[in-house]
Amino acid sequence: MYRPSQRRIERERYKRSRTRRATAVATLSTALTLTVLFLVVTGSPGWPRTKETFFNAEYARQALPKVLDGLWLNLQLLVVCGAVTLVLGLLLAVARTLRGPAFFPLRALATAYVDFFRGLPLIICLLAVIFGVPALRLQGVPTDPVVLGGTALVLTYSAYMAEVFRAGIESVHPSQRAAARSLGLSNAQTMRFVVLPQAVRRVVPPLLNDLVSLQKDTGLVSIAGAVDAVYAAQILSSKTFNYTPYVVAGLVFVLLTIPMTRFTDWVTARMNRRQSQGGTV
Amino acid sequence: MRSRSAAIAAASVLSALAALAASGCAPQETAGSASGPSSSAAKPGSCAADALATKAKGKLTVGTDTPAYAPWFQDDDPSNSKGYESAVAYAVAQKLGFAKGDVVWQKVAFNNAFAPGAKTFDFDINQVSINEDRRKAVDLSSGYYDVRQTIIALKNSKAAKATSLADLKGAKLGAQVGTTSLDVINDLIKPDQQPSVFQKNDLAKAALKNGQVDAIVVDLPTAFYITGAEVTEAKVVGQFETPAGAAKEQFGLVLDKDSALTSCVSQAVDALRKDGTLAAIEKQWLSDAAGAPVLK
Repeated sequence: MYRPSQRRIERERYKRSRTRRATAVATLSTALTLTVLFLVVTGSPGWPRTKETFFNAEYARQALPKVLDGLWLNLQLLVVCGAVTLVLGLLLAVARTLRGPAFFPLRALATAYVDFFRGLPLIICLLAVIFGVPALRLQGVPTDPVVLGGTALVLTYSAYMAEVFRAGIESVHPSQRAAARSLGLSNAQTMRFVVLPQAVRRVVPPLLNDLVSLQKDTGLVSIAGAVDAVYAAQILSSKTFNYTPYVVAGLVFVLLTIPMTRFTDWVTARMNRRQSQGGTV
Repeated sequence: MRSRSAAIAAASVLSALAALAASGCAPQETAGSASGPSSSAAKPGSCAADALATKAKGKLTVGTDTPAYAPWFQDDDPSNSKGYESAVAYAVAQKLGFAKGDVVWQKVAFNNAFAPGAKTFDFDINQVSINEDRRKAVDLSSGYYDVRQTIIALKNSKAAKATSLADLKGAKLGAQVGTTSLDVINDLIKPDQQPSVFQKNDLAKAALKNGQVDAIVVDLPTAFYITGAEVTEAKVVGQFETPAGAAKEQFGLVLDKDSALTSCVSQAVDALRKDGTLAAIEKQWLSDAAGAPVLK
């Protein structure tokens, strides 16, 4: 029967009291800091006008429905472009890591594609696709700016994702490949059953990072006239010269990113649990 | 000793903030009080050039966006006094007593003209329509131009044959962001499809050429310029009437909120309208508006 010694009880009590004190000090200093910040901001000479310009309840009420209408476009683009970029990125990464001299042209093409679209500024890619492609007057090519804008997003982001996937594939230790081959798996099977599962699992966090980035860049298709959440805010702002709609749109986007971040954390945690099955050493 | 260092850190942060509050956030001097009249001859409240509290003493700083579009400006150069708005700016300056050499042009994007905070111009001239919401954010002078909105479409398109508002209902329409042209689409035509909204008229013109929109709404002088010089395969389909009871649309000069210059600039614009200068400048630089049927 274990009984903590008097000295140990004493030590723990002392530790608890120190923790309590630290918490109290932190709370106090935070409250003070916030108070000073609040007084500095609201006491500044321009505050009444700033409040009127950025935090006007009436304009916020007008803006919210239009911003949410625009957000529907952002979400559609995010889901469709996200799915397509993930698939295309993975294919590009696999093409770049193929072995054997026969595949050289494929490797070279994939490398050239990634180099080009990773370096090309997204806004130029969008302008070229949205206004350049319809100017060709080809039969059967869509002229809808949203479709074209989505295509431009896919071109750029699939190049980003390809690099992420490739980093994952190359991070799988060669011994894994050797072991798989020695068990009689073909090159393709080794890739499919041994390398890719490990590679994808390793790069989930950076992939989700790219998805969040894509979510914010979907708004750029508004260059072609389609109205997304941020653009809806701009239309209202430039009509009334009041910036509250921008604040509303910004908050909506932040709120949208929070669940995505939580999802990322959950996926990462689950992966760590799976990898360390049988307990950590 | 951890808590003590935390306390010290907190104290230092707080003292820094307090210092910031005390010194760094001192109120900015407002434009009105920045420089009092230096010459005692001018009585306060007069509109003589040397009595005006302008950004730079003895100079008049005028803002406009870049590129500066024809027919409002010529050759993307506001300082050559060619083009309607350039000419108006120099006429206003002259009324206020500034020589041509004392007018300094400043590049100001449309969206920055009404951003809160200190302004970099005395007034901004950029086809800004006057409305009550905008008056809450900036000062606007009296109107220097009466605007009429028109619609242009490619000659071979269906929209080009429209003779009434109802004929445009099914068309895909476009306009520039922040313009009353967009309001005309939303409030007057009320089309079935959501209109396309463009950052600049250049993009609207490209979309019109590509057939991504059937027609775009722009103000009348811009319409004549586009169809005459830039997109010659397009034509002016018609113009719109101001709905009965609505205020007549006018362009105004933008000034900082509560600027000391607003009343003087407004007086100058009113005087130019009265003595026929504005009409003469319009005749010189803007196409005659005859020939565009009114769509109802």
